[in-house]
Amino acid sequence: MESDVLVVDDSAAIRKILQRVLRQTGMSIRTIYEAGDGQQALEVLKAQKIALVLSDINMPKMDGLQLLASVRTSVQWRHIPVVMITTEGGETKVGEAVRLGAAGYVRKPFTADQIKEKLAGILDPAVAL
Amino acid sequence: MNLRDIIIDSIGRSTSNVFSTMLDVQIASGEVTIETGALDSNDGLMSFIGVAGGEWTGTGSLTCSPALACRICSRMLMTETVSVDEEVLDAVAELTNMIVGNVKTDLEEHLGPLGLSLPTVVFGRNFKTKSAGSTEWIVVKFPWETEVLLVKLCLAPKGKAAHAMSHAAGQFCALEI
Repeated sequence: MESDVLVVDDSAAIRKILQRVLRQTGMSIRTIYEAGDGQQALEVLKAQKIALVLSDINMPKMDGLQLLASVRTSVQWRHIPVVMITTEGGETKVGEAVRLGAAGYVRKPFTADQIKEKLAGILDPAVAL
Repeated sequence: MNLRDIIIDSIGRSTSNVFSTMLDVQIASGEVTIETGALDSNDGLMSFIGVAGGEWTGTGSLTCSPALACRICSRMLMTETVSVDEEVLDAVAELTNMIVGNVKTDLEEHLGPLGLSLPTVVFGRNFKTKSAGSTEWIVVKFPWETEVLLVKLCLAPKGKAAHAMSHAAGQFCALEI
């Protein structure tokens, strides 16, 4: 069964790279949606049936931690795994992401193998590799 | 190792790591210089990202020619890029975010938690830049074929009171670099 994935990053370059990497993972993906900040991501989540979210932390308007908190406190979305992909390596924001219930964390710069390895460990069977 | 050496070492490792991972390009740091805020004319692309936290504040920056920016974008996105457009500016901004972000993480071991601003990119000819105050910039050159990428960082305590406090806490002093 094919699933939809949401990539959230204010950098179009990173969204493009993640699109390519996700297609290389062998995941059964139907559509990869993109959002440039947390607010846009919430609009996509409202309109689509998203199975997985990959999100940056530092973004304008609504950052990745605020997005994560919104997803985790929503009855409708709380089951969706959210993987943080960010330059943030400090304990403060990583610890906050873990506390808020992030399914995983990948630090930029990343390789395709690092993304694939991280997703393999957390994905719902519906989005199995 | 003083703060200057830590920053130089971190810029070298971070830049090499980002280039090898995201661009599949091996580059190594070259000449290191200290700029004291002189008003030099610039051509090409210059990106900035703020670094701040606790008693420390500063800026990280990347500078390169339009040709090098296009080459970076081409390698990063696996596309053919011949002129500076929005995609190139975005790629350079993200490169800055990753390089300075990794330096910031290294520095947090010594200076405590730091935050990053969102990056800003300037593209033009004969423009000048000026940092407020008497900031010193650590400048690390990264030769790549016929081009050179400059990675710069300035970091200093916010004020004299903070400066004294940093010494009291046994921290390194950026003002002594």
